Amino acid sequence: MRYAMVIDTLKCVGCSDCVVACQTENNVPIGYCRDWITETVDGTYPNIALELKSERCNHCANAPCVRCCPTGASHIVDGGIVLVTADECIGCGACIESCPYDARYQHPDGYVDKCTFCHHRLQKGQLPACVSVCPTKCMYFGDLDNPNSEVSLLLKNRKHKTLAPEAGTDPHVFYLI
Amino acid sequence: MQEELFTSGRHIPNIDPSLEIWHWPISVYLFLGGLAAGILFFGALLYILGKEDEYPTAVKTASIIPPIALSIGLLALVYDLTHPLYTWQLYTTFRIESPMSWGAWVLLITTPLSFLWTFSYYREVYPKLEAKLKVFKRFKFLNTIEKFTIKNKKNIAYALIPLALILGVYTGILLSAFNARPLWNNAILGPLFLVSGLSTGAAAIILLSKTKTEKHLFGKIDLGLIIIELALITHMIMGYYAGSQVQLEAMQLLIAGDFTLMFFGFVVILGLIVPAILEFIELIGFKVPVVVPALMVIIGGLIFRFVMVEAGQLTRFLY
Repeated sequence: MRYAMVIDTLKCVGCSDCVVACQTENNVPIGYCRDWITETVDGTYPNIALELKSERCNHCANAPCVRCCPTGASHIVDGGIVLVTADECIGCGACIESCPYDARYQHPDGYVDKCTFCHHRLQKGQLPACVSVCPTKCMYFGDLDNPNSEVSLLLKNRKHKTLAPEAGTDPHVFYLI
Repeated sequence: MQEELFTSGRHIPNIDPSLEIWHWPISVYLFLGGLAAGILFFGALLYILGKEDEYPTAVKTASIIPPIALSIGLLALVYDLTHPLYTWQLYTTFRIESPMSWGAWVLLITTPLSFLWTFSYYREVYPKLEAKLKVFKRFKFLNTIEKFTIKNKKNIAYALIPLALILGVYTGILLSAFNARPLWNNAILGPLFLVSGLSTGAAAIILLSKTKTEKHLFGKIDLGLIIIELALITHMIMGYYAGSQVQLEAMQLLIAGDFTLMFFGFVVILGLIVPAILEFIELIGFKVPVVVPALMVIIGGLIFRFVMVEAGQLTRFLY
């Protein structure tokens, strides 16, 4: 079992519905977010290309945040999901410093918080909140170990990229381009 | 040209637009940890070599600094935590891959040892204070502790040498283990912080020292350490220069950016080169008040920690 998210940048319109869905589902405090939209403009007018994408924790296979956590609060569970146990976290900030995606933040209650791939919903057989609300259906979620899953087939047939692969983290959120 | 922006309004406190997760207490701790490591290392080494009476400041008088520095440093570390009530979680596990876990455990062992070390010289160094306070008469168990410490002095010294070295290196490795911050992510930072810590330790011993031979010895040691430190800084810059795009951008902060004045002006020139020249002039026989270069080294070391911690958090891979 290896969960992964695939996001089609050609279909994303940057509506931020995923951001709001996440904030609502996970009670993210006001002013914070576990996922966000970036808009990248490439080139000089009139030859420009626009790319919109929804970003979040990449649930890296070689997660630097888990490696540097001094208490073991950051850990990897079945399916490769990186989670933080709030009452083991001392709020030292080492994981925030270590994340090349700046995907973690200090919750106002002190502990460090981040995207969980909606682990609580997965256990009930549901999709992550962001994926389930996406109005353009540009987000896909599934098991990479299953060669016939939707995500495996998309990655097999479409050109894709990951964010900052040079950071050596082996990220598991893929962007179709 | 590429332009990237957040459209979902990401303005997370302390993270956007640039990281401010580690504040001044971390810089202060990195400095105090290095200083304590330096003094403990020299004290323990000279004790093992049997030079206790030849260099009394390094072994005896200056030993008061490490316990105070480590205590303040530990308080600073806890102060910068956002979930401080859970600090004990550090000691429920040992995580070999996490530099902070190493640091937490080394501090847990080194701090009490540094207290014992200085306590064993209390009666000798502060006889007047003891005559006034009479703590040994009031608290009988202190006699037992003193006896135990003096009996195991050599063992403590042997333990302190590797502990001090780990403590000194760890202050640098703590930063260099983060590959997400290109400015920190170079292997030379560990040795660089160790040498800088030893150098500030030697400078502090010079400040407290009253005998000429001791000032002379530590002047020589400090001069050697400064030269090594300058070489390591050159290597660090060369490493960025030969590095990837993110490291080249990180280097710009130090050599042609917001931190250039602080780094080259206050750390490299006023904190290393000028004191090295002054110490050299003093060594070849001219009269220079050794307090001046020693203070410059200490202040330079402190500014170096601030520059590295603050500049490092401005460097990132994305956005």
